Amino acid sequence: MNFIHSLALQIKNSLRDLLPVVLVMSFFQTLVIQQPLPDTLALFDLALGLLFVVIGLTLFIKGLELGLFPLGENLARAFVHKGSVVWLLLFAFALGFGSTVAEPALIAVAARAAIVVSESGLIENSSLAQTSFAFTLRMIVALSVGTAVVVGVLRIFKGWPLHLMIIGGYILVLLLTPLAPAELVGIAYDSGGVTTSTITVPLVTALGVGLATAIKGRNPMLDGFGLIAFASVMPIIFVLLFGIVGLDLVAEGRS
Amino acid sequence: MNMLAIFWGTLRDILPIVAIIFGFQYLVIRKPVKRFLKVAIGFFMVWVGLSFFLIGLEQALFPMGELMASQLTHPDFLPAMTEGAQRHWSDYYWVYIFAFTIGASTTIAEPSLIAVSIKAGEISGGTINPFTLRLAVALGMAFGITLGAWRIVMGLPLQWFVLGAYCLVIVQTLRSPKSIIPLAFDAGGVTTSTITVPIIAALGLGLASSIPGRSALMDGFGMIALACLFPIITVMGYAQIARWQSNRPSKIQPLSGTSVTKPHQGDTHAL
Repeated sequence: MNFIHSLALQIKNSLRDLLPVVLVMSFFQTLVIQQPLPDTLALFDLALGLLFVVIGLTLFIKGLELGLFPLGENLARAFVHKGSVVWLLLFAFALGFGSTVAEPALIAVAARAAIVVSESGLIENSSLAQTSFAFTLRMIVALSVGTAVVVGVLRIFKGWPLHLMIIGGYILVLLLTPLAPAELVGIAYDSGGVTTSTITVPLVTALGVGLATAIKGRNPMLDGFGLIAFASVMPIIFVLLFGIVGLDLVAEGRS
Repeated sequence: MNMLAIFWGTLRDILPIVAIIFGFQYLVIRKPVKRFLKVAIGFFMVWVGLSFFLIGLEQALFPMGELMASQLTHPDFLPAMTEGAQRHWSDYYWVYIFAFTIGASTTIAEPSLIAVSIKAGEISGGTINPFTLRLAVALGMAFGITLGAWRIVMGLPLQWFVLGAYCLVIVQTLRSPKSIIPLAFDAGGVTTSTITVPIIAALGLGLASSIPGRSALMDGFGMIALACLFPIITVMGYAQIARWQSNRPSKIQPLSGTSVTKPHQGDTHAL
């Protein structure tokens, strides 16, 4: 009974997430554009799709709360208490990597990026090449978030100032941008924002706050946050590097 | 797209995290998982939910975003122009209004932002009002998306905008109250939810492919990046204004000599 109640509450939250988008779009459709929908996009299909989005998001978040979040938080606490820095860093990397690989927004945007890139001829225009590009992109972003969480955890240990490190990251981004192929710059910059949504933020924040609470002289409010900031700069650096070094390898591997 | 293929694909997507979590649990920590059945049901729901979400995304959110972009840039919809003239960027004003509304409306109601802004209010000792902070983030996000749309219309390189935004962030970081900096950086990441990101991506790609002379690859991306950067700027800007406002009256009234300044609202409530 309790479970059904919390599920209903989550449906309400998913609807509230979706509602502004639907309201703004219907407002523009009925009052500004005032055109019938094209034949390929029936209203029924749209409504069905939106229903799928709400059901999917509800099940997804509820499932995270049942399984992944308590397990992940327990592990984070266990590793903090274990006291072994090497294991903690390894776990931090795995947590960042694993949670990013399954991020819905990243899956969706990587697939879109692959279609656009292959249509432009940067990679071969086949569904196999697209799948492999989308997969590679996601792996690189996941690796970068793993690295970002490791750097963030090290920062909490050592008490390094956050803003100097972020500024350093920005400078690295700006230095790499002219070297990377221009076609990949937009995708690289966007990948920073894509990573930080449903799974990564709660898991990574739990790790950061747990760590800052456990270490003496660290303020969970000041030091626990900021992991997300690393997780949104590091993917840009990694995808730009991939554009400089790895894109040819992927293109050659296909042909 | 084939539903079975999506279900199979998402299964592979969530396997790494399942393997990592259980691997660490059983091989390193060596403790059994408490309430295993509940956890297993949770992972099953994650799998089904992710599949449904992606199917719905392909069927509704992506097509809607792209349809809006193509309709708002259709020649019949735009103001009439004289033969042979170049289209001025201001002709696309509905695009900017749409981008702004989508950005502001999706952000202001974002649950994670509400949580973060309440925390920020606590840290600041009352100088920061949670609702105003949410407004600042929403405005930053909306401005970022609108700027991104304008950039696509103009076809200007994304680097310039990101460079400019980075410089602003760096200057503000050096001038802002230290306690707000981590939160401000996180605010940038918080705004982009699972529903917002695909819509913005579809809008950007749709704009770039329907405006003459723009390519989806070169111009279609970058809106998410700008949508993440500008909330950082507006949050730090708001923190600076809030500090300035709370410091100003204390100079006039030498009575409040404490270093922690409280807003007048809070004082009157306390009395």
